[in-house]
Amino acid sequence: MTPGGRVAIRTRALTKVFRGFRAVDAVDLEVREGSVHALVGPNGAGKTTLFNLLTGFLAPTSGTITVFDEDVTGLPPERVARRGVARSFQITSLFDTLTCREHVELALQGHSRQGFRFWRSEKLLGRHRARVDELLAQVGLMSLADKQAGLLAYGQKRALELALVLALDPPVMLLDEPTAGMGIEDVDRTIELVRRLASGRTVVFVDHNMHVVGSLADRVTVLQQGKILAEGGYDEVRRDERVITAYLGEAEHA
Amino acid sequence: MTHSVIREAPPAGADAPVTASNPRLRWILLAVGLVAALALPWFIYPPVAMDIVALALFAIALDILLGFTGLLSFGHAAFWGSSAYVTGLIATHYGVPFPVAVIGGAVFAMILALPIGYVSVRRSGIYFAMVTLAFAQMVYFIGYQWSDLTGGENGLQGVPRSFFGIELVETESFYFYYAALPILLFGMWAAWRIVHSPFGRVLVSIRDNTPRARALGYDADKYKAVAFVLSAGLTGLAGGVFAINHGFVALTELHWTTSGDVVLMTVLGGIGTLWGGIVGAFLTVTLADYLASSGFHGIDLITGSVFVLVVLLFRRGIWGTVRHRWNIRRLRRASARAGQGYSSPDGNSRHTTSGEGTGR
Repeated sequence: MTPGGRVAIRTRALTKVFRGFRAVDAVDLEVREGSVHALVGPNGAGKTTLFNLLTGFLAPTSGTITVFDEDVTGLPPERVARRGVARSFQITSLFDTLTCREHVELALQGHSRQGFRFWRSEKLLGRHRARVDELLAQVGLMSLADKQAGLLAYGQKRALELALVLALDPPVMLLDEPTAGMGIEDVDRTIELVRRLASGRTVVFVDHNMHVVGSLADRVTVLQQGKILAEGGYDEVRRDERVITAYLGEAEHA
Repeated sequence: MTHSVIREAPPAGADAPVTASNPRLRWILLAVGLVAALALPWFIYPPVAMDIVALALFAIALDILLGFTGLLSFGHAAFWGSSAYVTGLIATHYGVPFPVAVIGGAVFAMILALPIGYVSVRRSGIYFAMVTLAFAQMVYFIGYQWSDLTGGENGLQGVPRSFFGIELVETESFYFYYAALPILLFGMWAAWRIVHSPFGRVLVSIRDNTPRARALGYDADKYKAVAFVLSAGLTGLAGGVFAINHGFVALTELHWTTSGDVVLMTVLGGIGTLWGGIVGAFLTVTLADYLASSGFHGIDLITGSVFVLVVLLFRRGIWGTVRHRWNIRRLRRASARAGQGYSSPDGNSRHTTSGEGTGR
């Protein structure tokens, strides 16, 4: 987790206005390559909007986004994904009728550009088998490989989310509340997992759980009302007066 | 089966293809289907039999969009009808063997589907349906106005049925049936291939959860557009054979009611099943034929009532319901064999890990 020299994601004066409401307001964010960067802030601070901007699910009102110095402002989500920025979703977002294995195959297949082969059998995807097994094993879903995602328990769905992100082998991973709604054991397991997955990658994540933020993040950006309130290491940020009044003080007890 | 038109929770592998439980069953089903297709003109007036198979392919082609991509096209008459016209025109003016004319019609339908698909897939749900309908109405208008070419209201008369000089095929509809059947069976096989390809899996993922598919790097609009064009091409094959079968192309083939009829057939048979299209087309055509030959005039009244009843009682459609029941029974037996009944880690699902629940 040694921060490299390059900047993985940089935003300049990034702004998103919804009918007059400035959800993200002139944000200058800099995520160094190889770092694990947390975005925190109270509800409605603009974290998820910022995520959606970074991954192309929303187009910014103004400002720019670059990924490894390439401009990705306004690109659609699939093209941002193909630039190596993979995301997970806050609300578990899977394909209910596909099995775990098929999920991972789907992610791998997009990565290897086989998606348009309508004249081939889907058995073609069997060639990814070893890699699929490896990914499912990494997130602890090997025994459930042939189970439909709609039937998984909550924690398992979150793990499958991670497997999907991982299958894209992205230089940059954006995890939207990877531990949302989890019990304590699952949270600790997920922290371990993310820590393992983070090596050699840049990770940006949103989480409300300060235990998660404290255990994972090299760097924390605190958002409030769409603006950056404070930024720095976890300990540095948690001692910041403004942050304590705005957010951390109350969240600590949660 | 989930998709954007009729939402319901996926019932745990119960909507998997029946063949998934037993690969031999696929061959049995295929053999039965093939025998039925070959035997059909012995029992049903051959031109009607041909209509059934052509409409079955039409419904199957629509199902690629409706069942597997989650797009309700309400403008497929444009592809069916325009292919019928182009096939008829090629056959009339060039005297080529009819399969060549049919292929020409299908290619035309695909070319027509390119711009229509490109624009329509930018919208989803009811808006997609309306945009496709609007395009189809434009095509209808062209067919109506350009009467020098299409015959306008009178339709395109006297389409010849040339087949390498083999007179039996050219004059006897019984033999023509067997000459045209391979084209339609090929179309059905192609639909099956598309649905069970890596591409088909992407379509299902887009149907289930479009934003997630995009986050995996899939350009959903592009996939939908390709599916649209492929569906139009298969529709074109069916429409071309239909035109040759009748030796005549009526303006009705472009009319929006044709788009509606095929949606009814597909839903009646069961969307997302492929086989359902065959069931739907068979029922609709034989029912209409029976009523017409018995001198009954309210055909639409009866077929409409049947449709309403089926959708109310079996919302998965006929084939979809058969498949559902079959799978439920199979899963029950499997869990009975497993002793206690399978309990999954979340503790509330009794179904086995059926690795085939892709809804295909």
